Amino acid sequence: MRKRHLLIRGLLTVFAAAFAFAFLMPTVLTIVNSFMAQSEISANYGVIFDTGVGSYQSEQVNLKLIPDMVSFSQYATVLLKSPEYLLKFWNSVILVVPVVVFQVAIAALAAYGFTRFRSRRKELILFLYIILMLMPYQVTLVPNYLVSQWLHILDTRWAIWLPGVAAPFSVFLLTKFMRRIPESYLEAARLDGAGEWKIFTKICLPLCRGALYSVAILVFIDYWNMVEQPLILLSDPEMHPLSVYLSRINAGETGVAFAVAVIYMIPALLLFLHGEEYLVEGITYSGGLKG
Amino acid sequence: MIHKLGDWVKKVPLPRFLRESGRENGREKGISWAFLSPSLFGVLAFFIVPFFVVIFYSLVDSPIRKQFVFLDNFIGLLKNTAFQTAAKNTLSFSALAVPLAVLLALGLAVLLEQRIPLRSQFRTFFLSPMMVPVASVVLIWQVVFHYNGALNAGLAPFGIEAVDWLKSGYSQLVIVALFLWKNLGYNMILFMSALSNIPREIIEMARVEGASAFTIFWRIKLRFLSPTILFVTILSLINSFKVFREVYLLTGDYPYGGLYLLQHFMNNMFNKLDYQKLSAAAVIMAVVMVILIAVLFLIESRYGKDVEG
Repeated sequence: MRKRHLLIRGLLTVFAAAFAFAFLMPTVLTIVNSFMAQSEISANYGVIFDTGVGSYQSEQVNLKLIPDMVSFSQYATVLLKSPEYLLKFWNSVILVVPVVVFQVAIAALAAYGFTRFRSRRKELILFLYIILMLMPYQVTLVPNYLVSQWLHILDTRWAIWLPGVAAPFSVFLLTKFMRRIPESYLEAARLDGAGEWKIFTKICLPLCRGALYSVAILVFIDYWNMVEQPLILLSDPEMHPLSVYLSRINAGETGVAFAVAVIYMIPALLLFLHGEEYLVEGITYSGGLKG
Repeated sequence: MIHKLGDWVKKVPLPRFLRESGRENGREKGISWAFLSPSLFGVLAFFIVPFFVVIFYSLVDSPIRKQFVFLDNFIGLLKNTAFQTAAKNTLSFSALAVPLAVLLALGLAVLLEQRIPLRSQFRTFFLSPMMVPVASVVLIWQVVFHYNGALNAGLAPFGIEAVDWLKSGYSQLVIVALFLWKNLGYNMILFMSALSNIPREIIEMARVEGASAFTIFWRIKLRFLSPTILFVTILSLINSFKVFREVYLLTGDYPYGGLYLLQHFMNNMFNKLDYQKLSAAAVIMAVVMVILIAVLFLIESRYGKDVEG
């Protein structure tokens, strides 16, 4: 009996390991490839990307886990010689960071509003927020586009910033979190004569610090990955974030593209390594639609 | 400042059905509305109000002439072959991807519930793809699924003929794989937290009474999981509409026919500034989503009650 259990457990572990391998491979291979010199990239992938370099090309594609020779030349090219990639990286930063900061700030205020003095009216509005949160881009981008046109902010960063800041996702998540704070905490402060603003900043926000971080991670990853919004709201390719621009790097620069891809995933991966527990908590809170 | 704003917000007249039933209790209530106001203003300005304009545009012949044509735009849209293709592809993708995203994620969550070594590392590994930007791994996907790519090279020894995966009948399967890669981790976390919320005593009791692990899962755990299953289904459905990202980054503006999705159609209409088709499509999508969400909500309140208690 015990032996059979051990066998099952072993099989399950192998199964999990196979899955983990498949999940990790694309990321790992991207990182490995970024440390290959252009000649090695051409040799391995010449049959796929017409690299144009007249060097040796192997008959078929080679996925290697260890480069023949570790080279930082691609990174040197990106960081020192080709300012356009850094410019696009900066585009991403300047588009995403304000959205994250202001969306979470406004959402924290709104969540407090939804938490205090609950009423039918507010529940109805919160329900509207949930419906709106669930709408796909195919629905929400059309109104966003119209408003941007009326405000003459189309093709400027404001067209990404303003709808992003107003998006209802973090309101919903933070409301769910704040409603779990025992009412007595907030009421006690009120009886001590604290105003609502003071209760919000001195009691509610410190209790929500973890939740704010989780929500910020989730919003960041969503916008760092954005493709739909810039394609429609920013017609000038110069303003596009790296998430869109990366797919346009031409085949001759495949090696550089791998390095850019790695640089692009670094902020997200750092956040993940640092805040995995918060991320998991945030996801857990997003489960279930009831407030 | 914020107090004044609160008083002002309170004075805004509201339709009768929205008015508070109870007595008005002072300015604190108004202040709580002041906290809401920046967000409420943003949502109204960028989503709700313009959406009513979208509805209006969907009913007139052009934004300038403003002649009511009622359902003509919708009929025109439904007869449009590009829209038909896009809708069909999107639906068939979702029909395949969503059930897989729910079942496999549940499977992974149950797997990580077992006593196997390195559980927390496995969780990290399964979750990591959600943090990797799609654009960063597109190159690797191209290497794998290209005609001369790694997948064909790996299948060749088994005598399987090479296929250009992204330009064949299999293209949707490739995108399903990418979708699962990115979304399983998130869904798995939702299931894991739901599994850990099941009261231990119930499971212990069943075990004492001699129920097998399979019966416990089928009869007890699945019942407690039902609200989460519904939620993950809604979420995966919404995420399946976002798979345009992967398709666009892999194949550009003009993908193989089977990968022409609704968002491609919308992009083309934005380029042509065809407000009629845009607004009609947005309204149809919104109606479909609201119906779907309503159905799932109804099922949840009907069958989820006895376990949520």
